[in-house]
Amino acid sequence: MNKQKTISETPIDIEKIRADFPILSKKVNGKKLIYFDNGATSQKPVQVIDAIANYYKDQNANIHRGVHTLSQEITVLYEKARATVQKHLNAKSANEIVFTSGTTESINLVAHSFAKKFINKGDEVIVTAMEHHSNILPWQQVCEERGALLKVVPINNEGELIMEEYKKLLSDKTKIIAVAHISNTLGTVNPVKEIIKLAHEKNIPVLLDGAQAVPHTSVDVQELDADFYCFSGHKLFGPTGVGILYGKEKWLNELPPYKVGGGTIKTVTFEKTEYADVPLRFEAGTPHIEGGIGLAAAIDYVNDIGLDKIAAYEHELLIYATAALQKIEGVKIIGTAKNKASVISFVVEGIHAFDLGTILDQLGIAVRTGHHCTQPLMAHYCIQGTVRAAFAFYNTKEEIDEFIKGLERAIAMLK
Amino acid sequence: MSIEETENEIVEEFEMFDDWMQKYEHLINLGKSLPMISEEKKTEDRIIKGCQSRVWLNSELKDGKVVFTADSDAIITKGMVALMIRVLSEHTPDEIIDAKLGFVEKIGLTQHLSPTRSNGLVSMIKQMKLDALAYKSKR
Ligand SMILES: Cc1ncc(COP(=O)(O)O)c(C=O)c1O
Repeated sequence: MNKQKTISETPIDIEKIRADFPILSKKVNGKKLIYFDNGATSQKPVQVIDAIANYYKDQNANIHRGVHTLSQEITVLYEKARATVQKHLNAKSANEIVFTSGTTESINLVAHSFAKKFINKGDEVIVTAMEHHSNILPWQQVCEERGALLKVVPINNEGELIMEEYKKLLSDKTKIIAVAHISNTLGTVNPVKEIIKLAHEKNIPVLLDGAQAVPHTSVDVQELDADFYCFSGHKLFGPTGVGILYGKEKWLNELPPYKVGGGTIKTVTFEKTEYADVPLRFEAGTPHIEGGIGLAAAIDYVNDIGLDKIAAYEHELLIYATAALQKIEGVKIIGTAKNKASVISFVVEGIHAFDLGTILDQLGIAVRTGHHCTQPLMAHYCIQGTVRAAFAFYNTKEEIDEFIKGLERAIAMLK
Repeated sequence: MSIEETENEIVEEFEMFDDWMQKYEHLINLGKSLPMISEEKKTEDRIIKGCQSRVWLNSELKDGKVVFTADSDAIITKGMVALMIRVLSEHTPDEIIDAKLGFVEKIGLTQHLSPTRSNGLVSMIKQMKLDALAYKSKR
């Protein structure tokens, strides 16, 4: 796929797309499923499901191991999947793409390996107030281990990072910055390019948590100049259990292995081990082979539709749903950033999010309720949790209408 | 009324409803009618772990019987809490410890509330029985 931004006039073919997702014709509690929990995980098109089924039916063997034909063929396919990810992120080389089990593991890998080598007593790591626990806890842990300090960029009431405060936090002590590209709770699209530029002026590397960004927007790691970029396959319409760590080759080469074992080595004796080059050095054990294959199928799928078209369509859904929600008395949207992805968190005055979620579920509408693994962010807003509707390109305005009706009904019941 | 008799009464009550919305409406009404407990009794140590919504449970022993009071910040959860109190409160520690509580399944609570919520229910039942056990061993 080329990365040229071609703004297409043709809207996406929603009927055709929906037909690709078998689960969307399912009934839940006797009602047609309306799936708005895309922030937690996305549904899978038949192209991805078939790629995985076909792997087991026709291609199964271990990779990077055998001389036999099946093993060689699947190794080629797996490495082709890596190349698909490389092109998708516009990474310079496939060596910069590490297969992991997901965003969480990618971040843990960087945090632990990076800290081992670069973080010492008195150093600082910067995260933001809107991070997912997966982009807080690994840093908190390594800071504790190394005697370093975790610094937090605050947000304003709209749910945007306060850039002035970020600039103030940058110092000679800062060793790395870890920021969400898009917030899973607020939908805020962070000014990551500027964040990186400012950090690089002080030679500080930046890790982007792209878990919520890749399903909604195209990502060009070279244009962003990101040092590390992490995401999960399952939020990008691919399988669970597979994820990606992109790292600039110069950084990956600097990092010691995180997990060790089979597949990560050049030579092993009981005295010493010489580790393989990147990325294999970070891929201990038999990987999630069908996961990699399925992820490549998912990437091909979104690129066939076009991420620009997807972003434009989802923006329409966001505007439509936001306007409808604002008309309901007592609804307060949490996260009103100017630059926002199709994620809406809200609270309803006097009604618990779990109650709303429970009634909506009875109506076949799947939303997420709770703290969304962002408890510090909930504390910022002084709330226990929100209801979150996150739209994907297979959602429709008709579904939003049903959701609004359902919500009004739930509010009437629960008031 | 014995614990089992109350359970049967609740099962009959829920059988009157033919769809899930009505069952939830009933649960919500039960929740609304449960007396709230005072704020100073809603302490961190009385929060039941395992509930995604917060549930506070208090108990005291009166004339050899355990009296439960409880509250939740979510109304459907509070409805479930109300049911549990109706069944278990004002019984002896032994009766509470031995209660089978088959009604939960019969009215479809475990099946139709999300696992996180049912876990909350399971945790709540466990805490009520632990309280009863504590009173028993004190005697
Ligand atoms: C922003 C963000 N970061 C990290 C994660 C963790 O992703 P995973 O559970 O796939 O590792 C999530 C998932 O909810 C997320 O939304």
